Amino acid sequence: MKILVQGKIQGIILKSQHSINFLGTVDKKTGIISDKNHDLFDKSIKDSILVFPNGIGSSVGAYTIYSIKSNNAAPLAMICQKADLTVATGCALANIPLVVIDGEEFSSLQTGQKISLDTESSNPITFL
Amino acid sequence: MELTKEEESALKGEQGEIMQMAYRILIATGEATDAEKLIPIEWAHLSGVNYNTIGDAGEEFLSGISKNARVKVKTTLNPMGFDIDNVSNYGLDDNFISKQLSIRKSYETMGVTPSFSCIPYEIFDMPKEGTQVSFAESNAAIHANSFDNLKTNKESAFSALASAITGKSPYSSLRKEDSPNLTIRMKIDNPNELTYGMLGFFAGKVGNNSVNISGVEEMDRRSCKALCGGMGTSGTCAKFLFGDGDPGCEKVDFDKKEMSDIHDELNTAEKGDLITLGSPQLGLEEISDLTSKLKGRSFKKRCMIFCPRTVKEQARKIGYTNELERAGCEILADCCTCLTPLISKENVDSVTTNSIKGAYYLKNSNGVDVNLKSLSQIIEDETR
Repeated sequence: MKILVQGKIQGIILKSQHSINFLGTVDKKTGIISDKNHDLFDKSIKDSILVFPNGIGSSVGAYTIYSIKSNNAAPLAMICQKADLTVATGCALANIPLVVIDGEEFSSLQTGQKISLDTESSNPITFL
Repeated sequence: MELTKEEESALKGEQGEIMQMAYRILIATGEATDAEKLIPIEWAHLSGVNYNTIGDAGEEFLSGISKNARVKVKTTLNPMGFDIDNVSNYGLDDNFISKQLSIRKSYETMGVTPSFSCIPYEIFDMPKEGTQVSFAESNAAIHANSFDNLKTNKESAFSALASAITGKSPYSSLRKEDSPNLTIRMKIDNPNELTYGMLGFFAGKVGNNSVNISGVEEMDRRSCKALCGGMGTSGTCAKFLFGDGDPGCEKVDFDKKEMSDIHDELNTAEKGDLITLGSPQLGLEEISDLTSKLKGRSFKKRCMIFCPRTVKEQARKIGYTNELERAGCEILADCCTCLTPLISKENVDSVTTNSIKGAYYLKNSNGVDVNLKSLSQIIEDETR
């Protein structure tokens, strides 16, 4: 596991199998995904622990993550399978905890599970 | 990553919120790119200036942090959206202008030099060999690594800003010693700047962090810039070395087939409604050369020329500006063909240019068709 942005949080997982392009497909005020082809279409990422493979698209998407957080519509934390610089810098700007995990651990996380994420702990992800 | 006591303290917020955010960015970037530590840099060049690209979110963010953030090292800036001297000629709306001026003010408040140029390597004195810098403009990062003996990764707007505020950058990839595992064999005879732009575009597609290029003769400045601009547009690659490289390197040819594929990808029109020169922006040398090529000739259609403000001022003093304006050129400082809001598909169907970088963004961002031609061909076909 790689810890990109530190933090400690509890919450409920919202998982996507699709990459997310934060610039243009996530509503900055509500956190709702507007891309009809996305598996989270019409769902809000607000206050979730958002689990998804990786971010895609313009690095300007990092500002979008910052805006979502400023509008109180951001996820509590993000968990990715691959590190990408847009999500990494976006979470760093917005101070949203971000970790990158391997494929096996990624598969074990499911929408609706309640977990605790603590980047200081030796076992950062625990199921509650 | 190994952090010093001071870096740890900044990350905890003991040196204020801005420092804490800047270190969060450097550490997130460093962890994502497997850096083991942070190292000092001497110069940051920032992207994320044009309101056309960063939008309201960027404008609001910069306005917010500029209250407290100050840069720690020499920091220069990429082009913005227009030249204030002649913006009224281009029908840009008031909202764009006021948001762009707010962005300008935020950067100036932070202590950034308002250079508005994508060719810092041509308008500033270069630091000594091996100096670590942090360049977010892709063509400038490639130029710095390949021609200026500096060291930088292809930084993002945010990692470069964080480097400007902290004076540090993650020690990874091209900042270390680097030997490419791929050699591109240049097979095209009598190349011009357009050929080099396409070679760069090809290299960016096939290369990873860096590539060797063999079979290349000495290039003029226009061709060097075209090579860097093309490469920065198509991928993540940020350095080329001239020569065959290690014998074990994988070899790829850049021949007529590869070149025509790229030409077909980017050239979508037989002719343009207007001409643009400059992406990367033109330096004084190119302005001077263009002036002599245009002696006794004038353009049959509009020709927009993009350059840094310092170059525009020098050109005016020397007398190039008068000559170029007489030949029908519009000279614009502080902005560039790349991601310009001054060309829109409402007014223009297609643009003629010799820039591969310009062509890519005109097509994909402005939504206009592109007619690619070398500068000498443009002058032959489009002037009388």
